[in-house]
Amino acid sequence: MANLNVNIGNLQLKNPVMTASGTFGYGIEFADFVDLTQIGGIFVKGTTIEHREGNPYPRMAETPAGMLNAVGLQNKGADYFANNIYPNIKDIDTHMIVNVSGSTVETYVECAEKIAALDKIPAIELNISCPNVKHGGMAFGVTCAGAAEVVRAVRKVYPKTLIVKLSPNVTDVTEIARAVEAEGADAVSLINTLLGMAIDAEKRKPILSTVTGGLSGPCVKPIALRMVWQTYNAVKIPIIGLGGISNWKDAVEFMLAGSSAIQIGTYNFVDPAISVKTVEGINDYLVKHGFKSVTEIIGALEV
Amino acid sequence: MKKYLLDLKVADNVRLHPNYCLLKLTSEETLPEMIPGQFVEVRVDGSSSTFLRRPISVNYVDKDRNELWLLVQLIGDGTRRMAEYRQGDTMNVVLPLGNGFTIPDSDQEEKNLLLVGGGVGTAPMLFLGAVLKSKGFHPIFLLGGRTKNDVLQLDDFAKFGDVCITTEDGSLGEKGFVTNHSILNTKLFDTIYTCGPKPMMVAVAKYAAGKDISCEVSLENTMACGFGACLCCVENTVEGHVCVCTEGPVFNTRKLKWQI
Repeated sequence: MANLNVNIGNLQLKNPVMTASGTFGYGIEFADFVDLTQIGGIFVKGTTIEHREGNPYPRMAETPAGMLNAVGLQNKGADYFANNIYPNIKDIDTHMIVNVSGSTVETYVECAEKIAALDKIPAIELNISCPNVKHGGMAFGVTCAGAAEVVRAVRKVYPKTLIVKLSPNVTDVTEIARAVEAEGADAVSLINTLLGMAIDAEKRKPILSTVTGGLSGPCVKPIALRMVWQTYNAVKIPIIGLGGISNWKDAVEFMLAGSSAIQIGTYNFVDPAISVKTVEGINDYLVKHGFKSVTEIIGALEV
Repeated sequence: MKKYLLDLKVADNVRLHPNYCLLKLTSEETLPEMIPGQFVEVRVDGSSSTFLRRPISVNYVDKDRNELWLLVQLIGDGTRRMAEYRQGDTMNVVLPLGNGFTIPDSDQEEKNLLLVGGGVGTAPMLFLGAVLKSKGFHPIFLLGGRTKNDVLQLDDFAKFGDVCITTEDGSLGEKGFVTNHSILNTKLFDTIYTCGPKPMMVAVAKYAAGKDISCEVSLENTMACGFGACLCCVENTVEGHVCVCTEGPVFNTRKLKWQI
């Protein structure tokens, strides 16, 4: 058994495998399929200060080796989370991390403050990269100034581990990563979904109610890997890599490219037990190659 | 209900029709309890264009043979691949998922229950009818198809209740749509259960609403996960957007925001 512990800022993870926001509910949805305590961390569904109904149906289109979604941050709001969901998940023995979203700097700050008050939530993931909402979301994540502004404001009110989730829908992801690092982000996670589109030729109509949506799944993996590697060479803060990871080998590739930890997203839908299988697979890889600790492979790509 | 992720064995795969197959799955272990209206999520191996699992409703559970039946309409690459599974093949399945139809209390066995199915929507009606009959009810099935060849599993339905049929070309039963069938004018029902194409379900819901009959519909919104994580399959209800996979797939029409 290799040592699988990794750190993200002050956050110590029992292993580098986490589950991505919006693909793992609040963890409890998967409790019948996996032992949640064997996962390094669980990023729960995107949370906003206000209750949001999300976008109209249809919200999903299957695509080659992936899918588009346009959920639009459906959630019952930060108060509902704190009062009704948090009590049910706070004692699960893994890190429960809340993905925080907003439509203005003020609502990001307000939501982060609410979550900061919850003892058993050790970190937030600031979502400045959701492509499916009209206001806020990705609008902040596609310019250095916008990203810096929201991270600066949230950093002032949020003392725990602050992870910022980056959008791939930019010309140069490393510039955004540098901007949020300069404002005190403890880590970055990337990538969020790629803006995409699907059409029904027979009906001559878009499949999604919002016309465009966020692409995820194995089809985005090469892009995500490239962006992780570029970002690893640009910032000093840890990177949590995600984008199309569907097995332990993908996870190892993301770590070699510079990720300190990884998130599994869309593939949770295909194999609800993939998270724990990935932990086991990484361990087997480390043992096979003679590594004592998983930290030895972070950024160990030989170029 | 506890959910399972299981490798099931194909016991049989019968091509009932050019566009339908009946998959019978079994296991060395006793299959989990399932209730009528629930569905399963099948992983389709060997179809490169099929990424997500396919949600398929429970057609029937044969407890004696420990078999789960899935009636599959061949629509795309994934379902066409499912038709190629052979006896002894392994199929990975998440089950059971969703809620189910409301079964009346068994002291109400005089209740008149109508089960309306169209196309592949007849699938859950077989299991529902079987369970209703086992609890002492006398369900009436009303099944619709384009032609006589499109109304499937008639021998199975006949075991559990009276069967009324409509076909669009009149080749079997009465000519027309299910909502044109004469049984709707001659008998008053207490509850109607329906599954099929949305226009058919809306027409049935309209009929039920007009006669103040309780009506449950089974929806098939496109979904990714099947157990409430992705929030893709939402239906607009009086309670806002809810997941069809966890709050449904069966809804009382009073809860839906359909124009009826």
